Amino acid sequence: MINQMPSLSSMYRFQWEEAQSSYVLLYPEGMVKLSRTAGEILKRVTGKTTVKQLVSDLETEFPGSDLEPDVLNFLTEAKKNGWISF
Amino acid sequence: MAGSLSSISGKPLWLLAELTYKCPLQCPYCSNPLEISKYSNELTTDDWFRVLREARALGAMQLGLSGGEPLVRKDLEEIIAEAHRLGYYSNLITSGVGMDADRVAKFKTSGLDHIQISFQASDKELNDFLGGTSSFAHKLEMARAVKDQGYPMVLNIVLHQKNIEQLEDIIKMCVELKADFVELASTQYYGWSRLNIDYLLPTREQVTKAESIAKRYQTDLEGKMKILYVVPDYYEKRPKACMNGWGSIFLTIAPDGRALPCHAAATLPDIEFPNVRDNSIESIWDDSNAFNKFRGFAWMEEPCRSCPEKEKDFGGCRCQAYMMTGNAAAADPVCDKSPHHAELQAEVALIEKTSANKNEPLIFRTMKNSKKYQIDKKLNLSQN
Ligand code: SF4
Ligand code: SF4
Repeated sequence: MINQMPSLSSMYRFQWEEAQSSYVLLYPEGMVKLSRTAGEILKRVTGKTTVKQLVSDLETEFPGSDLEPDVLNFLTEAKKNGWISF
Repeated sequence: MAGSLSSISGKPLWLLAELTYKCPLQCPYCSNPLEISKYSNELTTDDWFRVLREARALGAMQLGLSGGEPLVRKDLEEIIAEAHRLGYYSNLITSGVGMDADRVAKFKTSGLDHIQISFQASDKELNDFLGGTSSFAHKLEMARAVKDQGYPMVLNIVLHQKNIEQLEDIIKMCVELKADFVELASTQYYGWSRLNIDYLLPTREQVTKAESIAKRYQTDLEGKMKILYVVPDYYEKRPKACMNGWGSIFLTIAPDGRALPCHAAATLPDIEFPNVRDNSIESIWDDSNAFNKFRGFAWMEEPCRSCPEKEKDFGGCRCQAYMMTGNAAAADPVCDKSPHHAELQAEVALIEKTSANKNEPLIFRTMKNSKKYQIDKKLNLSQN
């Protein structure tokens, strides 16, 4: 997975919501409010960034911890939900 | 597919804009009020712009453009464009009648996110009979146009006694049309469907069979097409969590500008629903009597008041409670803790037994019938 470049499924729209102070995913007749971490990860899911690069980006922005396991877990879950594809 | 977001902010997340009650179809289960003929005084384009703006400022993200048939509105493209500008995720909920491939493409450039098309059945004959117009071929064509334009597509089929046996064919049709989501929604009995309940309520046997078919396809099609199957709640022991609670996340605006916590709420007695022509969305949501009336839990009576499940279903549907008990604050009689549950069951059993022998015609949703039937507003099951 680490060298793949995930992208957001066309079914979903990802955006910042001021009223919720969070990122959300919007899809036909539904929505999901994302946790801060989930939002920061999905923000970097552009179809042009490898998972490896994404992890290192996050570690630069939020230094001090090994984020890779969390990111991989989240991306696996997100793929299962149909939010993203590889 | 209802949203999985609960009310975090206490503000509306969902705006349902019922742009008009005009519709070229005449479905006898239509969830619009019987009084459709009284709604000629529709909001203007500017009114809708203001509604969109104010609801968005409060935090609404999802916009349903619905009706009636929203395609009847000539300013639909403008409304879509404004919704897009404001950052809504916009859903067009349509019968497909009133658009062609060009208009589908134009909506896309205006910023529409998703189109939901309803089918009445999986074959031309029944589809066109139930809709009261010859629309089946056009619907197929429009479903293909929607996919061609790259929209996510939801197909919606309201299930009832007359089409529930075709469920397998219905699902196959949706697969063929490459739907992303399929909503198989059992008829809810308000308004028009209530008038026609004798002909629409499926039998318990039909329901059990349909449920197992839906489950099988849900598993088989996992990852390809999502199927949402909404069971008919008259056969359940617990009510649905209607609107996720009154005044919690949903805001409906009727064509005449009346704001409703649920699209069926206009049938409730003694509530004056505020109009967006005279009030801001914020004051309607926060301060109006109507939106506070059944909000939270303080209004509840027993058995709901002391029930450990009240945060799960909010006591069920207020319209259903009123319709069957005469008291809008009662527990939804679908709940087996309701003192009226046995009555509901007996009535359902009676319909099940006798419906096969009924051959009076269905009452279609027409302006003429609207004028005729709204006089008799107190439609109880027992009077059918
Ligand atoms: S249910 Fe049928 S009649 Fe009612 S608005 Fe929809 S298409 Fe029109
Ligand atoms: S008693 Fe009321 S709150 Fe409890 S399950 Fe029944 S409807 Fe829901």
